Amino acid sequence: MSGVATISAHALQEALRRRVFTVVAVLTLAFLGLFWLGVAKAFEEARRVQPASELLEVDVAVGATLLGLAMFAILFLGAVLGVFLTLGAVRGEAEGGLLQPLVVRPVGRSAFLLGRFLGAAAVCTVYVVVVFASAAAILRVAGGWWPDEFAAPALELAAAVVLLCALSLLGSVFLSTIANGIAIFMLFGAGLTAGLLGQIGEALSSQTLEDVGRRTSYALPFEALYQDGLHRLTSDTFGAAAFVVRLGPFGGADAADTGVLLWAVVYLGLVAVAASAAFARRDL
Amino acid sequence: MGPALAAYDVEKRYGETNALRGVSLEVAPGELVGLLGPNGAGKSTLVKIACGLVRASVGRVEICGRPAGSPEAREALGYLAELFRFPGWQTADEVLTLHQRLVGHGTDAARRHELLDLVGLADARGRRVEEMSKGMQQRLGIAQALVGTPRVLLLDEPTSALDPAGRRDVRILLDDVRERGIGVLLNSHLLTEVELVCDRVVILSRGAVVAAGRPAELARPRGVEIEVDGTTRTFPDATRADVPRIVRELVATGQDVFGVRVRTTTLEEVYLERAEATAE
Repeated sequence: MSGVATISAHALQEALRRRVFTVVAVLTLAFLGLFWLGVAKAFEEARRVQPASELLEVDVAVGATLLGLAMFAILFLGAVLGVFLTLGAVRGEAEGGLLQPLVVRPVGRSAFLLGRFLGAAAVCTVYVVVVFASAAAILRVAGGWWPDEFAAPALELAAAVVLLCALSLLGSVFLSTIANGIAIFMLFGAGLTAGLLGQIGEALSSQTLEDVGRRTSYALPFEALYQDGLHRLTSDTFGAAAFVVRLGPFGGADAADTGVLLWAVVYLGLVAVAASAAFARRDL
Repeated sequence: MGPALAAYDVEKRYGETNALRGVSLEVAPGELVGLLGPNGAGKSTLVKIACGLVRASVGRVEICGRPAGSPEAREALGYLAELFRFPGWQTADEVLTLHQRLVGHGTDAARRHELLDLVGLADARGRRVEEMSKGMQQRLGIAQALVGTPRVLLLDEPTSALDPAGRRDVRILLDDVRERGIGVLLNSHLLTEVELVCDRVVILSRGAVVAAGRPAELARPRGVEIEVDGTTRTFPDATRADVPRIVRELVATGQDVFGVRVRTTTLEEVYLERAEATAE
């Protein structure tokens, strides 16, 4: 087993033994149960107040909005999981005396960071995709609706969480555990807020607000990935239903251009290089 | 064969503070060198530079001829930090397995048993770290430092949490390590321990070497005490070389000699003298 794989396996084993996965699984099941109840009631109520001829449009509006809501929740839950798996990886563990015995081994600091990143990224990707698939399946079973695209939004949502994991690891090189957690969640909130401002700007034709949204997409591309995923839920839907969905906060997103998506990949690489260089220079 | 560890004019600055000021020392294979000094003297900083946790501002440290911190140097050393912790959820056996994997020498269960037996934890291999006493964790830390085939051991206060029996076990272990040709740099506040096991000592004060040599070489004569006819006579200026002459003279004057003790300064006295002289 290589050093990177050993570090990844160690991080996963720690999460398992500390019952992180048990807690996450139980609370996620509670979330999905609540979501199922909400979906069933929302479709029931919407169909009751709408004439039969408009049922299909209503199903699209309700389904897309609820899956958009679920995406927001999954992004948040995935971010919590990813950030908590990584926020104390360097400085936090060094202050506790856990890191030093590991990094003096021949495995090296970059391999240590990569191992921690891959472990957290694997957990978060599986988690996000499984919960997104579960939410979509609930909408299919309880409401008879399925998004226009399934795989791309799930993967973009997972990629958004993976970017947050990378930022959290980078932050852990410089900041104490608490400071890093606060910083990452503030960035997370700032990114989502700026994205919403961009949407509002588009609705109001405000160039300034649109610029805020666009620049934030480059500064914090996890937000662009999330917005693009939202957009893809109804990418093939037009007419009144699409109009209604795009008025709401969970469906009014824009498609990200290819440049932003490529930038997200470059961004991940830059964060990795910065984290590795900073860790290499850090006295422990 | 070159030195197991060599430091050349090492300096370390933290802002305006000079933690190390031109420290040079060597540890030969199979040699046990004690590193002494008051708090803040720079001992732990030097050890951390040697294992690549801290970068020297000036100068260099080599482990078996390779730059400290390089993969080859890290492969050649075992390290026990002063303030270390293993994950509480891991068992003693899992801690050693993890380190075997990181060293890249496979996961030899027999070797793990041997190491745990060596540090007196043979019966605790399945016990979780969070269930261990501080002393047991320190023993596990020593076993962890011996994982792989280290040619240099850097031990930072390895006996600080151990009881007298535990300290004796570590002394025996260090003798064994020395016989296997492993060079050891032992950083400790327990001067009697250092005096008992170390071939040489290096005293650091305010980031600089203020004394170095074999404990016997560092000691100064403090006279000779001779027990004669129920009393003890002290010859404060006499040395070991003067003993035969003094005994002959006493016997010639009709006195019976029952015991002779050549007095020298203890390592603790040498240490205090040098450290205080630098502090003034």
